[in-house]
Amino acid sequence: MNALARLLWLGIAALGAIALAVVALSRGETINSVWLVASAICTYLIAYRFYGLFIGRAVMQVDANRATPAYRHNDGLDYVPTNRYVLFGHHFAAIAGAGPLVGPVLAAQMGYLPGTLWILAGVVFAGAVQDSLVLFMSTRRDGRSLGEIIRSEMGATAGGIALIGVFLIMIIILAVLALVVVKALAGSPWGAFTVMATIPIAIIMGLYLRFVRPGKIAEMSIIGFVLLMAALSYGRSVAESPTVAPYFSYSGELLAIMLIGYGFVASVLPVWLLLAPRDYLSTFLKIGAIAGLALGILLVMPPLKMAAVTRFIDGTGPVFSGALFPFLFITIACGAVSGFHALISSGTTPKMIENETQIPFVGYGGMLMESFVAIMAMVAASVIEPGVYFAMNSPSGLIGTDAAKAAAMIGAWGFTVTPDMLTDAARNVGETTVLSRAGGAPTLAVGMAEIFSNVLGGKALMGFWYHFAILFEALFILTAVDAGTRACRFMVQDMIGAAFPAFRNTESWINNLLATTIAVAMWGYILYTGVVDPLGGINTLWPLFGISNQMLAGIALITCTVLLFKMKRQKYAWVAATPALWLLICTLTAGLQKVFHSDPAIGFLSHASRFGTALAEGKLLAPAQNIGQMRQIVFNDYVDATLAFVFVLVVVCIFVFGLLEIGRARANDRPTMREIGAEQAGIVHA
Amino acid sequence: MRKAMTELPWRRPVARGLTTLLSRIKETSRLMVGIPDYDRYVEHVSTHHPEQPIMSYRDFFDNRQQARYGTGMKRCC
Repeated sequence: MNALARLLWLGIAALGAIALAVVALSRGETINSVWLVASAICTYLIAYRFYGLFIGRAVMQVDANRATPAYRHNDGLDYVPTNRYVLFGHHFAAIAGAGPLVGPVLAAQMGYLPGTLWILAGVVFAGAVQDSLVLFMSTRRDGRSLGEIIRSEMGATAGGIALIGVFLIMIIILAVLALVVVKALAGSPWGAFTVMATIPIAIIMGLYLRFVRPGKIAEMSIIGFVLLMAALSYGRSVAESPTVAPYFSYSGELLAIMLIGYGFVASVLPVWLLLAPRDYLSTFLKIGAIAGLALGILLVMPPLKMAAVTRFIDGTGPVFSGALFPFLFITIACGAVSGFHALISSGTTPKMIENETQIPFVGYGGMLMESFVAIMAMVAASVIEPGVYFAMNSPSGLIGTDAAKAAAMIGAWGFTVTPDMLTDAARNVGETTVLSRAGGAPTLAVGMAEIFSNVLGGKALMGFWYHFAILFEALFILTAVDAGTRACRFMVQDMIGAAFPAFRNTESWINNLLATTIAVAMWGYILYTGVVDPLGGINTLWPLFGISNQMLAGIALITCTVLLFKMKRQKYAWVAATPALWLLICTLTAGLQKVFHSDPAIGFLSHASRFGTALAEGKLLAPAQNIGQMRQIVFNDYVDATLAFVFVLVVVCIFVFGLLEIGRARANDRPTMREIGAEQAGIVHA
Repeated sequence: MRKAMTELPWRRPVARGLTTLLSRIKETSRLMVGIPDYDRYVEHVSTHHPEQPIMSYRDFFDNRQQARYGTGMKRCC
């Protein structure tokens, strides 16, 4: 490093330290969001330059002369050597989703500081490490998936257990994502109308792309975008019309049933008709909205109205239950560390890496970018008036359903808000109420509308921007529901097929329908229980999602640790082992607390026993209105407890298998990993 | 005047840089939705596997679309 470069890095470090100090040490006075953004960017630059590249050089020991799968299997289709900037974009688009946008919004109930610190520390030492290490391991194994790597390196049993874990995680993710959409669209004719309009729009695009101008993605996307904006503007007229609005005003239960039906139908339709065109729209809209949000924050430089730390770090918060440790660390999943990325990093990306030396840039860098999205979500949640934030994110069981009562309740928590502020906030964004719109998406949408309308349109366009933000989130969540249900269907066929091989035949319509029904029934059931439970919903299910996602990350990092031992790189095993242990501590604590905690707001079993005791005495407890609902609540508690406990078991099993494998690797004095392509020096064509 | 413009020393590299940037953006956008570069596919098959038939752009597009959504989940939450 020459003198100039040294000076530059010193400058970045100094700026980062000052920004972090402002973010961390200011108490009582509001700070500008620019400090948050600056501290994040400086952290990312330094982390990439000094830790990401170190991992590439010392831990992975990337070999510039070793042929990557993209060269060895080049087919111009799946395996294509790809420019690193292009691949970075592809990888980022694949890992970015609703996760990093929702988690930080929920975590803001503890103030912006705890969440921000975890987003930054988590990404540098866990998330980006996982993404890049898995990408490296998969690149050295022809782009095999995480499940296959676990099976070949840690044995068939470990592989099978990991597969069941992945399947359950998918089910939870689908249920929770669908729940986010339900919470955002319930009783919102404007939102429901525009989101429903995306279905015919996508079908028009699909037909256009297949029959009118085959393969012309840009044309089709522009047409789709114009139609979408038209639907979005018209949505206001729908919401304001007393005759039409009721047709698009749905209860949560009805929306849940509609979504379940939609998930079933959409996932058995041909992909070109609905899934693909909507995916194109949602991908471009997502990238555009993220870029727009970054630009908006830089232009507006909004002050953060949320306190740095609120009283809810003690675990009594209304948004999610449980204390800062361990629940903050599982609430912010994507954005700090997300196990789901391990599936992407061992999916399409390793098949396109041009050279091993680019792995830190794509894997570590891509995750830093994702983390930046989470920071922006945190900013968007913190620029809202805190009282409005709590009104939006607290369950109706706590704050009731009218503005005056909610304002009084939130005032008692120490956040000043008047009933007028709450009704104004709703009117500004073209909704009838903002109370209990949990799930993160509406809060983020209000924050984005606040920022965007400052750049363009002022108050007049706030409703438009709010629904634009809802639309963009709903759009990619629906895509995930559709694609995820398909993925679950294949997994169901694969698992049942292990016992009845005929079930594996994906050409058979009966198999497809049966497997789809099983998949939809599983996530649909969990979704429905979330919708009807006034105290549950996001409050109950988001932690379950967070636990499962972080456990997958734990599994991926355990695998990386094992592989480092097998490669005889144990000197550097701490790079993967430290975050793996931290994730194990967080997820096992959180998982066991969710099952056994004595506080009914946290522990499923104590909640079940509270309702069970009342049931035995013939009493009714709110929110249940009859004996049937009481029984349902108890049953749901046992389902949730079982799920949480299965997650705990899965992760403990993988941990034990990992330890055994490390023991075997240490007993052997030679590297024992099963890589592919080591004998081929230089770029060889298959 | 026109002549003088074309002779500016930086003009050609800048124009070339912009063209590359635009084509990279296009390539990235298409790969984001799972469609790799068709020309490169044609070039690959015709140089390395001349005995194999080359898919038409339409077939190539369908093939990639099916591969992206046909199996498994290729994106995050």
